[in-house]
Amino acid sequence: MEEKTGAVEAVPVKEDTGLAEGSRRSFLLKLGWAGFALFQVTWIVSFMRFFFPRCLFEPPMTFKAGFPWEYTIGSVSTRWQKEYRVWVVRESEGFYALFGQCTHLGCTPVWWEGENKFKCPCHGSGFTKEGINYEGPAPRPLERVKIALAADGQLLVDKSVRFRQERGEWEKPGAFLKV
Amino acid sequence: MLTEQKEKIKDIVTKSQVYKSIFRRGFGDTPRNRALAILGNVFLHLHPPYVMRHALKFTHSWCMGGITFLLFIVLCFTGVFLCFYYHPDKINAYRDMKYFEYDVPFGVVLRNMHRWAAHLMVITVWLHMTRVFMTGAYKPPREFNWAVGVILLVLTLLLSFTGYLLPDDQLGFWAVTVGTNMARATPLLGHEGPFGEQLGATAYNDIRFALLGGSVVGGNALLRAYVWHCVAMPVTAIIFLAVHFWRTRKDGGTAGPL
Repeated sequence: MEEKTGAVEAVPVKEDTGLAEGSRRSFLLKLGWAGFALFQVTWIVSFMRFFFPRCLFEPPMTFKAGFPWEYTIGSVSTRWQKEYRVWVVRESEGFYALFGQCTHLGCTPVWWEGENKFKCPCHGSGFTKEGINYEGPAPRPLERVKIALAADGQLLVDKSVRFRQERGEWEKPGAFLKV
Repeated sequence: MLTEQKEKIKDIVTKSQVYKSIFRRGFGDTPRNRALAILGNVFLHLHPPYVMRHALKFTHSWCMGGITFLLFIVLCFTGVFLCFYYHPDKINAYRDMKYFEYDVPFGVVLRNMHRWAAHLMVITVWLHMTRVFMTGAYKPPREFNWAVGVILLVLTLLLSFTGYLLPDDQLGFWAVTVGTNMARATPLLGHEGPFGEQLGATAYNDIRFALLGGSVVGGNALLRAYVWHCVAMPVTAIIFLAVHFWRTRKDGGTAGPL
């Protein structure tokens, strides 16, 4: 049998915050937090979008590279290297244009006439005249860019169109210009 | 049921080593927590009340953390002075560097102080980490401070890297060309990385593009490197430095022989 002492036991009273599961207040609270989260996500996404400019002031992707007879058969022309980063190669059957960017980490290789090769000064990758990698860390051949004849008879180079040898794209029209 | 699971997850998180190594007290409004909020405030406790004898010995600490901080201060001061003459654009950047070397009063001293302090800071950070590793000072309760230190190491290297481009000379230009080309191979985010091409990444919308503000290392890249180098990264570094020093104190000072 329990003894009755008469002492009042301290019963913790649960405060009614009105935030019980399913109540109107808890719904509004969640809505508030959801709105805040949405605001934050929007802000972060727009902050990241900010870093991608819409308009670029970079050299044009297409240029006219003079008339075909200006090039010596069998030679690699470095005439457009500084301005457009492209080598125009004249073979007996026609032309191809190589993009002057090493496929390792993007430096501009140097054309060594005497050794008949492209050599990258950064990490020593070597490419043949055709653009095939054969020494150093470069994992794949140089990329070729589109070369065609313009209406006025000049060569027209378009750097926005790339041809990758390891994907069999050097066989595609535009990778080699027959004249 | 749901609240029970929430409590359980909260329990797992707050009792984990990661959480406990970062947060030392609860957030309940108790007299104890109020007192700890004052006691743990870095701005109110810049100077330690006492220093352990072993912590003063050069042979123990090599003073590498302190030297690194000294170099950081030197870099901040000389950096601000360099800002008075340097223009971060393709026409002026290289010219301004030459201007420092040949014309600006004390310019050559200023530029070389900044340059050598930067080189030295990378070295002293490594030596500091070596010392901390060798004396076992990364062990509990100091594991979080080691993590902060790793962040500071990364910030030091990034500051070094962004500063590399600013003279706009051949060395810096090609180093940044190579460095940012590595970003092309970032998984998902780079246009030559795993799954990058499948997700539609090109040289005009990938992570490298965002870093350079273009597809080539040009004027935008120079300006971005300048802003990261002079504003964003130093401020971030100062915040982490404050945490780093404060935690050293709170974790019982420089780790000594037990």
